[in-house]
Amino acid sequence: MERKEKFETLSGIPLKTVYDESDSPKHTSQPGEYPYTRGIHQKMYRSRLWTMRQYAGFGSAEETNERYRYLLEQGQTGLSVAFDLPTQIGYDSDDQMSIGEVGKVGVAIDSLQDMEKLFEGIPLDQVSTSMTINAPASILLAMYIATAEKQGVDPKFIKGTIQNDILKEYIARGTYIFPPKPSMKIITDIFQYCMEHTPQFNTISISGYHIREAGSTAVQEVAFTLANAIAYVETALNAGLDIDLFAPRLSFFFNAHNHFFEEIAKFRAVRRMWAKIMKERFGAKSPKSWQLRFHTQTAGSTLTAQQPDNNIVRVTLQALAAILGGTQSLHTNARDEALALPTEESARIALRTQQIIAYESGVADTVDPFGGSYVVESLTDQIEEAALVYLSQIEELGGAVSAVEQGFMQREIRKAALATQRQIESQEQIIVGMNQYQLDNEVVPELLRVDPSLAKKQIASLQKLREQRDNKLVQTELAQLRQAAGSSENVMPYILNAVRAYATVGEICNTLREIYGEYVI
Amino acid sequence: MEDWLMLLRQKDKRTIAQAITKLENRDEEAKSMLKELLPCTGKAQVIGITGSPGAGKSTLIGSLLVHLRKKGLTVGVLAIDPTSPFSGGAILGDRIRMNRHAMDEGIYLRSMANRGKVGGISIHTKDCVRVLDAAGFDVILIETVGVGQSELSIMHLADTVCVVLHPGAGDMIQVTKAGVMEIADVYVVNKADQAGATRLIAEIEDMLELSGGKGAWMPSVIAASSQQNQGITDLWECLQKHDQYLKQTGEWEKQRLAQLYQEVEEELLLLYEQRRKTLMQKESFKGLVSQLDRGETTPQELAEMLAKQLFASESE
Amino acid sequence: MQRPIRVLIAKPGLDGHDRGALIIAQALRDEGMEVIYTGIRQTPEQIVASAIQEDVDLIGLSCLSGAHNELFAEVIRLLKVQGASDIPIFAGGVIPAGDIPYLKQLGIKEIFPPGSTIKDTVAFVRNLFSREG
Repeated sequence: MERKEKFETLSGIPLKTVYDESDSPKHTSQPGEYPYTRGIHQKMYRSRLWTMRQYAGFGSAEETNERYRYLLEQGQTGLSVAFDLPTQIGYDSDDQMSIGEVGKVGVAIDSLQDMEKLFEGIPLDQVSTSMTINAPASILLAMYIATAEKQGVDPKFIKGTIQNDILKEYIARGTYIFPPKPSMKIITDIFQYCMEHTPQFNTISISGYHIREAGSTAVQEVAFTLANAIAYVETALNAGLDIDLFAPRLSFFFNAHNHFFEEIAKFRAVRRMWAKIMKERFGAKSPKSWQLRFHTQTAGSTLTAQQPDNNIVRVTLQALAAILGGTQSLHTNARDEALALPTEESARIALRTQQIIAYESGVADTVDPFGGSYVVESLTDQIEEAALVYLSQIEELGGAVSAVEQGFMQREIRKAALATQRQIESQEQIIVGMNQYQLDNEVVPELLRVDPSLAKKQIASLQKLREQRDNKLVQTELAQLRQAAGSSENVMPYILNAVRAYATVGEICNTLREIYGEYVI
Repeated sequence: MEDWLMLLRQKDKRTIAQAITKLENRDEEAKSMLKELLPCTGKAQVIGITGSPGAGKSTLIGSLLVHLRKKGLTVGVLAIDPTSPFSGGAILGDRIRMNRHAMDEGIYLRSMANRGKVGGISIHTKDCVRVLDAAGFDVILIETVGVGQSELSIMHLADTVCVVLHPGAGDMIQVTKAGVMEIADVYVVNKADQAGATRLIAEIEDMLELSGGKGAWMPSVIAASSQQNQGITDLWECLQKHDQYLKQTGEWEKQRLAQLYQEVEEELLLLYEQRRKTLMQKESFKGLVSQLDRGETTPQELAEMLAKQLFASESE
Repeated sequence: MQRPIRVLIAKPGLDGHDRGALIIAQALRDEGMEVIYTGIRQTPEQIVASAIQEDVDLIGLSCLSGAHNELFAEVIRLLKVQGASDIPIFAGGVIPAGDIPYLKQLGIKEIFPPGSTIKDTVAFVRNLFSREG
């Protein structure tokens, strides 16, 4: 007799009672060897720990700057900027569409002036910065470059990542602005510009994270992310870029979810699949092009609003899976993120969780400790197999862009999300503290509140900027950008010029909207 | 009840919306409302837009709305989505691509579920068209579900039928099978920037050449890309031309009369269907079935007997 | 003929997280209701115009961006201006417990914060209409 009729992973892969040699194929590659199932480096965390990179940002640039300095003092090794939604969708803080949103889910950035404040006292050649920005990625990257210039730092030495992954915005996250075609063109422009000017900056972070958060399975996360990645590579190749010049700057971003073994296997599988795609399908020559480097964040959607301290334990297990899967950098969620942005205390505990795993648990002291585990090796193979089925379906639909336009991924995710929700409600899936082991009297935790007067202050400072800057120059730069956007020219230099003249995110995006139009799914 | 009609003719959105609800539900009140409405109808140009799901109908309508508003025309849109046969519910998502027009005074958008009507959408949709017509909209666009035989019923509703196709796999075969090609007055090949569009246009033109058109009207084929706002001017010109054709040749009156005739037929079928259902749900009917089971009668005999009962109750 | 309940599910605010809204839309559909879904990034003006034109019996608002206090209040205000404040509203999303009393006082019938179930939400909607006949 067993506890349940059937045991399976969250992707529905059946789990056997016991695994043995017969389940585990004889993979021979070692860490640092193609196809990198066991990791992209020979020594992994023995030579260098993963980057502890906590996503943060709220309110004004000044407030966020303070939080960054605090996190760096506490031993965080990389920055990760969360922008508010108006910035992410290309509206200024005083736009009608921005009502109620300014500074809410991240920091409000209207112009280069805000960006300068955001990194005040943080030398940009000594920190790596990840920016969760997609549709206006070109603009925020331009602001980062311009800020470096103002600090006297050569853009050649800036390090970091822009998310810049528009396809998953259409699929799952929703902060798209322009239609797919011009969006893909801008992305290629960024690839090209950065190859030359910011060679240490990752030009894209192809993200399965939000696909998973939207309710996909682990298999869908792998398949849809790789399908999108293939589309970016193809677009860049069609634009005439050399694969071994841009591919090493592609990075990935995955979710660390609940099913411990499935998650470890997922990271191993996706690494192997990418290596094969790059080498066999695209004929990349440089090993750097084959290696999948990824950031991981623990799954926000698994956090419960009930008994929030339990989330610390969830996050620990998820973080452990990411590390055992060989992540290059990690964000651990704070316990109160199901309710609001983290308070300073919960942000600190989240960082401490990583530090305890890194320095106390010993899991970082040997490479790919689950290599050869019957169950993990078997799941690795099965995830790869299932993801390949999806990839060929997407191929039949004409590739990721066309599949997105037809709503294929969206539909598949919706089905999976509904199935999960049903399982939770029928208690087939137990969520501790939420559908079992509830408390009668929950203590309402202290939550971070964004200063309600912030929007007013931000709007006032924006209006002041509009009065003080050289508006004639702004108009000239925007006119030139308009012209470039209407041609096949690379728009990056023009955006950079507009940014330097203190044109705002909204003004630049509106200029591009005139040419490219707006996308409605 | 003159008040509501006055408000309706001023295009008061809430009055229009509530009138549609009543007519859609076919309340008792609906009958008298319809009588009051009828004299105010007959002016709008009614255009049916059909084509397979994913052909880009809603996006095309979105672009057409922009174009028509620039010309100063007011537009009512009825967008129909399927009702789930299992639950009787529906998700109506056509507004997603049109909702930027939600606040335009000269546009009224309404999503409708087909409510599982066998034989199509015509009966209850027709009354909703009348509401919009009476409200004084210049143009009424009806977007259909896009699949199945029921698409054909759009010809009983619209003056002009516009079939939207896209170069995606097998669209041509799908619509030919469904018989949609025989009802089209205008073809739109949407997503004309995609591969295969030129071939699709050629295929349609070939087919039209063989069939020789629809009466004296030769349907035209328009290449459009609603994402890129292409072909919209051509489309509207063509729709106008068809309208003129109908009116100049007297086809318009003929067609409307045929539609009314069709409507009576459908109403009659509906009445019959209601009675049939009531009859077959009766306890006595179950006894008859057991006669069948024992081989004492044949299905045909039984049906003839029931038909007598049906028509008998008619004359009661 | 019994008329199906018509519900508008709308997402005010700029966040693109439509999973909750879609799940509820689907669940209400499965309950035999006609659900009008208008997509993400809807302004209060668009939501109210849609509710009126669609003649809905109920509005469901979903917001995960944190702008719920401002945006829900605006929807309620505009409904009043249009003489349509008889349409009841329920809401869901990332809404901290501390905001719920304020939103209910504005006139929102029920709030479904994180961790709410489909079952509860559907039961609420059912109840609302069985009581009102």
